[in-house]
Amino acid sequence: MELEAAKMIGAGLAAIALAGAGVGIGLIFGNYLSGAMRNPSAAQKQFPNLLLGFALAEATGLFGLVIALIILFAF
Amino acid sequence: MTLNPMHQFEVYRIGPEIVFGSINLSFTNASLFMSISAFSILLILYFGTKKKLLVPSKIQLMTEMSYIFVAKMINDTAGSSAKPFFPFIFTIFMFVLFCNMVGMLPYSFTVTSHIIVTFALATFVFVGVTIIGFIKHGIKYLELFVPKGVPLVLLPLIVVIEIISYLSRPVSLSVRLFANMMAGHTMLKVFGGFVISLGLLGGWLPLSFSVALIGLEILVAFLQAYVFAILTCIYLNDALNLHH
Repeated sequence: MELEAAKMIGAGLAAIALAGAGVGIGLIFGNYLSGAMRNPSAAQKQFPNLLLGFALAEATGLFGLVIALIILFAF
Repeated sequence: MTLNPMHQFEVYRIGPEIVFGSINLSFTNASLFMSISAFSILLILYFGTKKKLLVPSKIQLMTEMSYIFVAKMINDTAGSSAKPFFPFIFTIFMFVLFCNMVGMLPYSFTVTSHIIVTFALATFVFVGVTIIGFIKHGIKYLELFVPKGVPLVLLPLIVVIEIISYLSRPVSLSVRLFANMMAGHTMLKVFGGFVISLGLLGGWLPLSFSVALIGLEILVAFLQAYVFAILTCIYLNDALNLHH
């Protein structure tokens, strides 16, 4: 296989990491909503934790994107 | 080349070339936008604290809100022993926030979308927190790598994992901010390119989508500054209050 083609395939494969990030973000917001529906008075207090969890989960997907960019541009 | 979504991240020289030996110290667009965000923080804080009214004006309210926000964040995550580090965390939060927000303006440059900027910030936090930990606890700070209540058989493995996770802190802290900003801005430009290529007839759909994306990106710009600051607080908490 040509190196250029292999690079493209590798970068595409690295983007699979975003699937995990999607699952994570969905879990965070879904669980926050179901928790907030059960106990709305405690929801406001946990909002910073929700944002923190969202950002942490989103970042793991973006690490995959960084790997894709490293494959494409750094080698 | 202007249609390339990566074109926006290009660093170029503004003004004369300044070279000391092998180090190029020329004034670039990155340094320009870094100074713009630093000066806007300075201006807002200066005018916000100039007239101390009992009923605050809008700019004073903004200053007070940012102060209270960061003070509450430090108090909640790192406890009252982290109070002396308020100026440091406030500076980091405001700098990252303003760099992200200035980057949201059209035709501007996002400083935090370059890994060297975020990595320098994160390394500074990491080295500083490590030094604080060693000053405060001495050699006992190494107990951070030995969690309590772990079976003796697992201990060698756990210690290695803890050390690796401690050393990867600056990497994860910097890559998180950098990747978020770069991915967001690339996505904005890709959708902007769709508007151009679909033309007057079909371009409305990506245009409305990119308006929504800009809203999301402003949220992410704030969120990433918040996460950067709160993770700094959490690391500081590890160093100040060992095993609590």
